[in-house]
Amino acid sequence: MANKENEFLSVRNLEVIYRSGGDIVHAVNGVSLELEKGKTLGLVGETGAGKTTIAKSIMRILPDPPAEIRGGEIFLDGEDLLKKDEEAMQKVRGKKAAMIFQDPMTALNPLMTVGDQILEVLLLHNNYSREEGMKKAGEMLEEVGIPAERYREYPHQFSGGMKQRVVIAMALACDPELLLADEPTTALDVTIQAQVLEMMKALADKFRTSMILITHDLGVIANTCDTVAVIYAGRIVEYGKLEDIFDHTSHPYTIGLFDSLPDINVKTDRLKPIAGMPPDPTNLPEGCAFSPRCPYATEECRKKVPESKELTPGHICACFHPQSRS
Amino acid sequence: MAEELIRVEHLKKYFKVPAGINHAVDDVSFTINKGETLGVVGESGCGKSTLGRTLIHLLEPTDGKMYLNGQDYTNIKGHELKKMREKVQIIFQDPYSSLNPRLSIDSTVMEPLKRSGRFGSKAEMKEKAEELMEMVGIDERLREAYPHELDGGRRQRVCIARALALNPEFIVCDEPVSALDVSIQASVLNLLMDLQDKMGMAYMFVTHDMSVVRHISDHICVMYLGQLVEKSATDELFEAPLHPYTKALLSAIPTVDIHKPMQRIQLKGVITSPIDPKPGCRFAARCPYATEACQQPQQLVEVSKDHFVSCCRVKEINAL
Amino acid sequence: MMAQTKKRKKTNPFLDFLKRMTKAFSAKLGVGLFVLIVLFCVLGPLFSKYDVNGIDLMNMYAGPSKEHLLGCDSMGRDMLTRLMYGGRYSLLIGICASLFGALLGIVFGSIAGYAGGKVETFIMRVMDIWTALPGMMLCILVSNVLGTGFFPTVIALTIGSIPGTVRMIRGQILTERSKEYIEAARTINCSDFSIMFRHLLPNVVQPVIVTTTMGIGSTMMMAASLSFIGLGIQPPNPEWGAMLSDGRAYIRSYPHMIMVPGIAIALTVFAINLLGDGVRDALDPKLRS
Repeated sequence: MANKENEFLSVRNLEVIYRSGGDIVHAVNGVSLELEKGKTLGLVGETGAGKTTIAKSIMRILPDPPAEIRGGEIFLDGEDLLKKDEEAMQKVRGKKAAMIFQDPMTALNPLMTVGDQILEVLLLHNNYSREEGMKKAGEMLEEVGIPAERYREYPHQFSGGMKQRVVIAMALACDPELLLADEPTTALDVTIQAQVLEMMKALADKFRTSMILITHDLGVIANTCDTVAVIYAGRIVEYGKLEDIFDHTSHPYTIGLFDSLPDINVKTDRLKPIAGMPPDPTNLPEGCAFSPRCPYATEECRKKVPESKELTPGHICACFHPQSRS
Repeated sequence: MAEELIRVEHLKKYFKVPAGINHAVDDVSFTINKGETLGVVGESGCGKSTLGRTLIHLLEPTDGKMYLNGQDYTNIKGHELKKMREKVQIIFQDPYSSLNPRLSIDSTVMEPLKRSGRFGSKAEMKEKAEELMEMVGIDERLREAYPHELDGGRRQRVCIARALALNPEFIVCDEPVSALDVSIQASVLNLLMDLQDKMGMAYMFVTHDMSVVRHISDHICVMYLGQLVEKSATDELFEAPLHPYTKALLSAIPTVDIHKPMQRIQLKGVITSPIDPKPGCRFAARCPYATEACQQPQQLVEVSKDHFVSCCRVKEINAL
Repeated sequence: MMAQTKKRKKTNPFLDFLKRMTKAFSAKLGVGLFVLIVLFCVLGPLFSKYDVNGIDLMNMYAGPSKEHLLGCDSMGRDMLTRLMYGGRYSLLIGICASLFGALLGIVFGSIAGYAGGKVETFIMRVMDIWTALPGMMLCILVSNVLGTGFFPTVIALTIGSIPGTVRMIRGQILTERSKEYIEAARTINCSDFSIMFRHLLPNVVQPVIVTTTMGIGSTMMMAASLSFIGLGIQPPNPEWGAMLSDGRAYIRSYPHMIMVPGIAIALTVFAINLLGDGVRDALDPKLRS
């Protein structure tokens, strides 16, 4: 986090809540992260940890109400997105930043040909003529590995993996500088997932797109990301380069995540799950949110929220008692 | 020699669809021994869930035979079906839709007890239900709750308790942990394994997750578009996969080892349709080794001891 | 999603429902108004000093006065008393017909949805033919065959309200039937009967409860229409529609005779619609917190 001027995307102390009945759901509680141009950041965490909320806050597509951005700053290319009005944000979305959602089945309009759906995005943000747009849309299809002849086909004629490619083509159509991918391969089969991930990585390299990849799958992170942020209960508990997180795992939660995965290479007798359950976001425990489940927790952890500490340059861990995984 | 519990011979399940006949399960044979776990892996649409549902008679088989403890149960009805279902149970993938939202947890667990007619009084049933919920680790304070008040992991425990209620000998687990977070997935897998050690039932574990299947299974069947392409003991399959599809599948799994870059086997082509398929190998369209010979029907042959592969080129590819 | 860490509150589902139901102002108004109207019709006659059919030639066509708060009709009968008695008929017909219609609709709809195949085709085609006839015509037809009076009217109106419910229940059952908990029920040896009534029905009746509540209003209107054209409840019994019909001839000279039952009908239908909205919101899980 040295030269902040060079950061392409920088989120500072983001706080987001949801109101639900009389309760307040603390979805994101002071998240800060940076992303350089052309790099890929992985956000990893369990259901309800706040990963998607962070991405939607960046796109400013959180439904308000019930969601409310309580505080923080989101700088994209030096501009604070949270200060922009809706009209200015529409120029950012699609053109500068684009988002891919988990379910390719619902992200496409079943009544429009896939080519026209890409065309629509193109015409919205560029001054193309219809012919130019159609040509470009065809090129985008080729780019994601779909023959341009399939331009006039409808989504139901495509398999799940192909649909996700179309969604990716739509997202990349206007050369966004930032791509937010929310579990882009979770709904796909392993062999297809591998193909799509490889393709996304190749395209991101080619267009120098910065990418935030949201996933619960550490395997996907290992194969695609440069930096990783581990999220627990709306906070980043560990943050660092891929090697920092995978080779020098320090936060007890991250260690727990790795330990609970069955290892494909060795047959173990029993897995080591993390004790307990994720906390209720309407009623977060005092101190460190992970302390009730943490085997290393002390009185201090239960009283005070641990500050983020830099263990080695660039490797940040929010824990009073960082461990090292054996 | 372990005692055989389930034997399936040439099982077929076809569905009539507007476009023709969907060969969802096509000529599948295997056996499962008492107290063992058979993993069935494959990608979506390969027929693994249909296979599981056919084994418990939620779907009626089109052709073939199914034996439970040596007795043919392919075409049973009425009382026999009822008896069979006390021995064979199923746990579904989605813990959100597999519980009746209007029944409390304890009534859900008591439901099979009630239907069995084995229990004289309500108090006896209540006691047994308490015991079951204790066994799968559902806190006392949650026992009168409704499903929507529980998280996925707990719901899946309720489903397990319901399946265990009548001491079955065999449980079909249809992707029971796919919808759960990793930390919760681990505890449910541990529970399933502990219960197996304690009660000695056999599992058929249907999943698309290779690391989970390796962890829990004794034997593995790999399915591709309704057919078994490879069948062997777990360790052997992972250490020496023989079928080109198994190889591709294993190579595509993203591992958490960042120092061993993925050596993915590229699959080309499109997935063959399971509707009125041609007689040849169904994987041929995507297979890097496909030749003319692959257009002929394939046989599942024993390549080495207890290791079956359905590929006419298996010897050449693997230099056996 | 993470309710497990919270202490579970024991709640009574019905009280819960009432609480949610009366959350919105419009629903409160609907419930209040409906309760008032029911009390007015049920208890009102006990306090009336006039006979409902007592003819008083001295007061023919009399407008509202201290003696007769809402005036008198063409035979000098007290309008307020008649309104109260008539409300009993109108409300009872509306509620009974909607309720029976819903019950029969649920039965046929469940059979169609659960049995499938030829049974389903048969039931659904009959319903198609049924709906092809205009509702009013069907009622007139049945009333003519069965005759007039309370029960024939209820039957006529019941028949008209069946097809909608059948269609709705069948659709709901088709979606619900494919869910895994129904498969699970089959694997633990639940009988078809128990799957139908213990597992399926409780999960599909919600929309029917809503439409039935909303339907009471329109059924009342229909009953009033039947009386208006001389079918349904017969004079001298004071059904609201019949009162309306009575007053028709004097609309120019004595408008109170038509306004009193007219306003009563409008107000009741309004209250029931608000009530129905409230029921719908209370039952919609998306609006629950």
